[in-house]
Amino acid sequence: MNALCIIILIVTGLSMHYSTSILFKFESAVAVHNISGVVLTIFYFVFFVGNLITENGKFYQIKTKGLKNRIQKQIKYYVSGMFKGETSPYPVTANRKFNPLQKYSYIGVMYILVPLVIITGFALLFPETIIEEVYQVSGVMLTAIFHSIVGFFIMIFLFVHLYVASIGKSPVSNYKSMVTGWHS
Amino acid sequence: MLSLIRAILLLFVFSFLVVPVKSQMVAEENKLCIECHISQSFTIHNDWTRMDETRLMNPFYILDTVRFVNGVHGAFQCIDCHSYEYETYPHNGELKLEPLMTCIDCHGGDDTYASYQFDKVEEEFEKSIHHELLGDQFTCSKCHDQHYYTPTARTSSNVKEIVEYSNNMCLSCHDNMIKYQLVSDKEKPQLVQIHDWLPNQELHFNRVRCIECHTVVQDSLMVSHNILPKEKATKNCVECHSSNSVLQASLYKYQNLRLRSGNAENDSVSSSEVYSGSFQFLSMNNIFSNQYYVIGASRIPLLNTIFVLIFGFTVAGIVTHAIFRFLKK
Repeated sequence: MNALCIIILIVTGLSMHYSTSILFKFESAVAVHNISGVVLTIFYFVFFVGNLITENGKFYQIKTKGLKNRIQKQIKYYVSGMFKGETSPYPVTANRKFNPLQKYSYIGVMYILVPLVIITGFALLFPETIIEEVYQVSGVMLTAIFHSIVGFFIMIFLFVHLYVASIGKSPVSNYKSMVTGWHS
Repeated sequence: MLSLIRAILLLFVFSFLVVPVKSQMVAEENKLCIECHISQSFTIHNDWTRMDETRLMNPFYILDTVRFVNGVHGAFQCIDCHSYEYETYPHNGELKLEPLMTCIDCHGGDDTYASYQFDKVEEEFEKSIHHELLGDQFTCSKCHDQHYYTPTARTSSNVKEIVEYSNNMCLSCHDNMIKYQLVSDKEKPQLVQIHDWLPNQELHFNRVRCIECHTVVQDSLMVSHNILPKEKATKNCVECHSSNSVLQASLYKYQNLRLRSGNAENDSVSSSEVYSGSFQFLSMNNIFSNQYYVIGASRIPLLNTIFVLIFGFTVAGIVTHAIFRFLKK
């Protein structure tokens, strides 16, 4: 559902940014974008609170010790190791849901980019809350530009995320996990 | 020493206070008229009763002198426009029916204000629905009150102020039955309901002018005067919400011009400046110097290029990786 909302937001967001009517008419794109934005916010809130009160939150805890090494190891695996038939340096276990690269990109997206896009999105939904102008530049315009930049990086993340997900026991096994929540 | 500083400070403060007050004086010749026409009541000798009677002034004949002196005609004498016979009091009742001058009577072929293009304005107005329905009965003053008129679109660098001033002109009839019934016997237009289709209605009403959708944008005129019949008003969002937004050639050209000239006092703007102002609008060196935001119209070319590059590299990376995986399988 989260992914569906994000895909809708990306498509309608691009549609508004380029004022095209290929998939949506402008006014429908605005309406659909607003509704999915609010729905996604609710889901995000559930995710956020869920991670605070359940054990799932531990998968998102930052450990700085040896962080660089761990991430480098994972990148090395993706770039060369996996082609030489090496096994994943951080296989998924019950205690390790994400590999280091995965973990920190998720933290980046879920705790930095998504909150930023939600905050700027709501500000644009209620433009009267935005500072009128900053050094003669419209506050709304700055917010909108920031919103589209963050939105764009979330889109890039989604692409990479979906591709990397195909690196698993079989190309489709991780997609099944995404939907069911269980890793075989 | 302290008192000297105090005196200098006082002088400094007064220098700001005195100048505007001085420029806002009512012309000496108008004082006699103003004496009555700022009051709620007037006294007249009734020949029938042979008594002096105090009566209420018609509220439409009471002048707001502050607005008047700040308007473009603030330095005029009353009898420049009204009959000189008004100098006698009590006024002759028949004077009420004197045909008042219209803008074109003075400004037609006016070289002093050539940049205002009064003749072109009249030409455009004559194509409008106002003229079509009401003909000469619909005078300039129905929208532009000669007593208080200020060329806000030319002098203000604040788009919100321009929007408010312009929309109040429309609302002074379309949301006010007292004036509306002068020209129409229809019921009061239900503006909010009529514009129900418009998303974020309040925001639109506050941020853009009625004439953005209700006129044909006439790039060579400062303000488009060809008001369309309501059926012909645009309902196409993308006309404004696109990088080629018509607002660049209408509402936002004023602010752009003011900011580029860097002088809000300078109100002489040639039409060539209007053109270059609107077309340069989205160029890179200008983009951050404008307070301009409309969804879909604020695309920054550089940012778009960066987006495309990042997106291209990502896709290329994914494809290369996938090819290697396929080959090594």
